[in-house]
Amino acid sequence: MKELFFELSQSWQLEPLEMTGAIALWLVVVSAIVLSFVATFAGVTSWVERRVAGRMMSRIGPNRVGPQGFLQWMADGLKCFLKEDVIPNEVDKPLFRFAPYLVFTGTFAAFAALPFGYGIVAADLNIGIFYVTAITALVVIGILMAGWSSNNKWSLLGGVRSAAQIVSYEIPSGLAILSVVVLAGTLNLQAIIAGQGGFPWDWYIFNNPFTLMAFFIFFASILAEGNRTPFDLPEAESELVAGYLTEYSGMRFVFFFFGEWANLWVMSALITTLFLGGWQIPGVADLAGVVAGVQGAAKTLWILLSVVVFFAKTLVLVFVVIWIRWTLPRLRVDQLMVMCWKYFVPFGFLCMMGSALFVLIAQSPLGETVHLVVRLALTGLGGLVLLLFVRRTILNVRELQDPFYFKVLE
Amino acid sequence: MSSTVFDYFTNIRNAFTSIFHGLAVTFSYLFRKPTTIQYPDRIDTPVQQMLPPLFRGILEVDVGLCIGCNLCEKTCPLGCLRTAVVRDPETNQRYITRFDVDISKCMVCGLCSENCPTGAVRHSTEFEASTANMVNLVIRYVKPGERIPVHKPVKGEESPGLPQNEPIARAHKEWDEPPPVDPDQVRGRVRWKNDGAPEEEQSS
Repeated sequence: MKELFFELSQSWQLEPLEMTGAIALWLVVVSAIVLSFVATFAGVTSWVERRVAGRMMSRIGPNRVGPQGFLQWMADGLKCFLKEDVIPNEVDKPLFRFAPYLVFTGTFAAFAALPFGYGIVAADLNIGIFYVTAITALVVIGILMAGWSSNNKWSLLGGVRSAAQIVSYEIPSGLAILSVVVLAGTLNLQAIIAGQGGFPWDWYIFNNPFTLMAFFIFFASILAEGNRTPFDLPEAESELVAGYLTEYSGMRFVFFFFGEWANLWVMSALITTLFLGGWQIPGVADLAGVVAGVQGAAKTLWILLSVVVFFAKTLVLVFVVIWIRWTLPRLRVDQLMVMCWKYFVPFGFLCMMGSALFVLIAQSPLGETVHLVVRLALTGLGGLVLLLFVRRTILNVRELQDPFYFKVLE
Repeated sequence: MSSTVFDYFTNIRNAFTSIFHGLAVTFSYLFRKPTTIQYPDRIDTPVQQMLPPLFRGILEVDVGLCIGCNLCEKTCPLGCLRTAVVRDPETNQRYITRFDVDISKCMVCGLCSENCPTGAVRHSTEFEASTANMVNLVIRYVKPGERIPVHKPVKGEESPGLPQNEPIARAHKEWDEPPPVDPDQVRGRVRWKNDGAPEEEQSS
């Protein structure tokens, strides 16, 4: 994005003062583009999630508003927009009003550094992954603020739970990120992707056994950080009504959910970037070289292809996160903490040390061959698990004793 | 101690296997037909055909089978049936001049249809009776001024009764039409006076 801007501004031949204005305008334009992407994604995902949830429960889900219920999210948004913004008398009003924006900002600001394709990133920070982990921690302040200012026991419990959970799970997710950073040697998200390849055995997930372990740790930790089921204790309906959301209504309520669904993209894009090869196109070893070698439409096409690859991987992960939400029951609070401190943190350290060790092994004389064998073996293991999963699913479908029925839209 | 260490790794293994199996179960449900019946507008078969055989819906009456015994009116706990029989003094023929069912009162207990000796009173499979005006829920099976001679069962012959699942009430189902009669003329209806006290109108 920056390169595009400088290319454009050079052709305009601006004065220094005009240049400042142009930069400011450019920032507004870029954030508007990202915001509209996030808004659309959050809305559409809420519909997709409800449809998937419906089918997993033998229901149909919303299918009345618009074709196949696709406009349901617009109807819901409009409804919430028109609803009264109830602010109870006893709440701490300034904090109560401000909290949703903080939660939303925490999630939305992460999009600034997230890659969408080769060279498609709002701000290509050299500390990208560090920035994303730091800025998403802003969410916890917003949630705690909402919980405290609501002056409600459920809200407070939800907020405190959320704070404890997010702060705890920052540690294993940080350790898992470090085990990738050790391999990539950089914190820049684009450079981390550039360090991987197009095929699964070039991805960091199958790089060595420790990054495979780190992948699972990171996936679970980031689910917990995003308050997604099975870690959605802060909003556990059965015990806390709606947790920190209890007193909210109307547009402020939507802001919380907006943040939650936008966070779905953040977590999926991060996993794609760190472990699943990001925008790397299979069969293209050096995308940067290819893009630099061509001009005009061909260049745009290559970049678009990288965007498609990145989106495909991310959307599959979004589906997996939704799928996990409708599969696993919620954890108990103590189980949540036990899982973090007794399982994830020690194994996170092991992952970090292990992948550092593996970097050394790969640099040794025989290391290249050993590394290749390990990578192929791990990819084979991944494929085997996938095959077993398909077999298990087919057996389950047969057990249902219903005729096989597959219709995406009902 | 060793068992604790063993438990620790067993927990990890169990976590992986149970998540694996759980995900396979939910994924297999994506290949299953949803059980939702999209009543009322997106159903393949009419809802009347999907009801269980002993379904009790709105009362339907075949006045041609009525022997004028008045058992249904006597047995109704809520008084939602009103019948009237007159006798022609010359020919000694009895006529049914009134057979009203107020289905807004009816609690579909089925006592009337069980007591009906000829099967003239029966529950239909109709149940969609929402209306803007509650007076519309009074079904008059004998039009005002009409006189229907009572049914005379032949000795030793089984009463034909009403054919199952063939609602004749549908013919009377004109819920959203204007009230069939002046509401004040409908007997047995609780009407609210201006002072708020309910008052049962007396039978004329």
